[in-house]
Amino acid sequence: MNRILKHRAFKTTVIAATVMGVVGVAQARDQIRIVGSSTVYPFASYVTEEFGAVTDYPTPVIESTGSGGGIRLFCNGVGEGTPDISNASRRIKLTELERCQENGVTDVTEVKIGSDGIVFAQSSQNEALDLTLEQLFLAVAAQVPVDGELVDNPYEEWSDIDSALPDREISIYGPPSTSGTRDAFEELVMESVSEEMEAYGGEGYTEIRADGAYIDAGENDNLIVQRLTEDTDAFGIFGYSFLVENPNALVASSIDGVEPEAEAISAGDYPIARSLFFYVKNQHAEDVPPLYDYVDMFVSETMIGEGGYLTDLGLIPLPEAEREQTREKVAERAQLQVSDL
Amino acid sequence: MSQSFDDISAQLKRRHRKSARLKWISMGALGLAGLFLVLFFADMLVKGLPAFQQAQIQVEIDYNEDASRMGRAALDPEVSRLVSRTFERMIPVQLRNNPDLLGTTETRWVLADSEVDQYLKGNRHKLSESQQATVDRLVAQGDLALKFNTTFFTSGDSKMPEASGILAAAVGTVMTLLVTLAIAFPIGVMTAVYLEEFAPDNRLTQIIEININNLAAIPSILFGLLGLAIFINFFGVPRSTPLIGGMTLALMTLPVIIIATRTALRSVPDSIRHAAFGVGCSRWQVVRDHVLPLAMPGIMTGSIIGLAQAMGETAPLIIVGMVAFIPDVSPSFTEAATVLPAQIFTWAGEPEKAFVEKTAGGILVLLAILIFLNATAVMLRKKFERRW
Repeated sequence: MNRILKHRAFKTTVIAATVMGVVGVAQARDQIRIVGSSTVYPFASYVTEEFGAVTDYPTPVIESTGSGGGIRLFCNGVGEGTPDISNASRRIKLTELERCQENGVTDVTEVKIGSDGIVFAQSSQNEALDLTLEQLFLAVAAQVPVDGELVDNPYEEWSDIDSALPDREISIYGPPSTSGTRDAFEELVMESVSEEMEAYGGEGYTEIRADGAYIDAGENDNLIVQRLTEDTDAFGIFGYSFLVENPNALVASSIDGVEPEAEAISAGDYPIARSLFFYVKNQHAEDVPPLYDYVDMFVSETMIGEGGYLTDLGLIPLPEAEREQTREKVAERAQLQVSDL
Repeated sequence: MSQSFDDISAQLKRRHRKSARLKWISMGALGLAGLFLVLFFADMLVKGLPAFQQAQIQVEIDYNEDASRMGRAALDPEVSRLVSRTFERMIPVQLRNNPDLLGTTETRWVLADSEVDQYLKGNRHKLSESQQATVDRLVAQGDLALKFNTTFFTSGDSKMPEASGILAAAVGTVMTLLVTLAIAFPIGVMTAVYLEEFAPDNRLTQIIEININNLAAIPSILFGLLGLAIFINFFGVPRSTPLIGGMTLALMTLPVIIIATRTALRSVPDSIRHAAFGVGCSRWQVVRDHVLPLAMPGIMTGSIIGLAQAMGETAPLIIVGMVAFIPDVSPSFTEAATVLPAQIFTWAGEPEKAFVEKTAGGILVLLAILIFLNATAVMLRKKFERRW
């Protein structure tokens, strides 16, 4: 039991005792604490449940806070009150890792668990749509080039962008800025398209329009799916697993001619795909004994392998060599360095 | 009298028309509110009642060598995909804990996979044609049926809809409310007693009074932020526990209890106090032996309503980490727990379709408890109410 643990435990005990006359005895934790991405949440909570059921340890507690929110909690410091693992649907940012290290969280292992595609889908009552990445960009950017000049996005209907597209109002439900899905969307769609356009001067442009065409729909991807079944004119941006769970209600648009399917995403053919991660605080490994048992279970072939349980839930497995790499990193508890990012 | 009789009777007619119109409008408003209520209940019942039934399947479990590594090997391959994974993954654990089982067989009813359940209930499902044929055959044989869903009441949350239940959340709710009650009731009642019976009526007490009324009206999420800043970050109370949840909700319930108690104390007529003072009681004796007992029914009613309000609260609990995936029943006040409304919120966010009925089922249970609590409050008031 380290000093911080004792300190926290003491205060807790005092409160418990004064407040209700119950004296709680605090100890090194048996219960892992996990925070982070809502995209990784369905996979991670499946593993936590399995872990709770087949081991003698209590089921880890997992909170869905969004990738950014999770890493912020994770990097708050070392000690009983801080999470042991943070899930992320994008890689940790340099600034985040630096903040982590400033707060004493210096020994972090990065674990890559698989891939996820970001789908652009609508209610299945509509015809499937073929979009290019550029059309998608033009539909959501705050400012777009018209005759070489940047102007506030004038497009109100899809047919304004390209006359081949339907004349439906542009209305897109998407994730808010704390979401990893949003980060990945900005990087993979906004930046990659705008860097090719002269009007932006070769720099990545990530401003999303705020005139009502793009609607922040909260961290909850399921809410976006529900809205799409009611608002059949609208599109939604969310993780591939939600498409897998709602095969009859939703139809996804192909992007640059590629349908969002497991193989295409895994092979990197589908343009809006990202990797899923979680970050382990190695400094907690001693105080939280089950920590690496859980990590080992997560990266085992029965979970993240081809045909593993998590693939049933929509996780797209990494190629075999990369899965091996992940397991090696876990085995040696590889420390993530600033220079890795 | 400058007005003629005709003028007056015309005016009277106008006034009658006006009051008739007002009556119709208010009846319309009531009807509309009633209609919404009926629609809401009907929707919840239609969606939620199926949650109280769950598909179960009768299988033969063959505890062989292979089953100690992979549970699925203990089952007939034809049905192994139809059985809930929550059952299958426990087979190796059982074999490890009880090696004598090896080589024996057993036939029993176990939970079926949620896809089977959804298929039987006529909802969207992901069973293949051949699996559907197998299910139909098993149903005809009587080896597969919808039965009363005891799992819903005896287990905690699960990623597998067929195995998820409300027990952990219900226990968490009880523990959280106990903490809330233990903090808010004594502090609230004593505060009210002081303000009503002892405090002088001056600027300071007036300011306190205004602030208490204000507190009762501020959005509950602010109490969550307060709980995070003070209890968790400053005092180091562990996140996600009934202790922190109860403390946060106590902040929210305090003003409700204070206001209810003050009203109850105020309704005790002064003649009682005067009589007690008249026989030489001290102020403390007057309050303890005469005023408080007479005000108790009112205080209880207010507290129950305050607690019922706290019970339905999710917003402040998100901030203190109680809205999380917590399948185990919490063993103590300082270990992770969740509460009923938080459980409903979590289920509503699950991608699987089968969770829709769990969500509605959870709402039905929560509503039933709330109706019970509020009915108790009304009963207490009816039974002990005194008119002076």
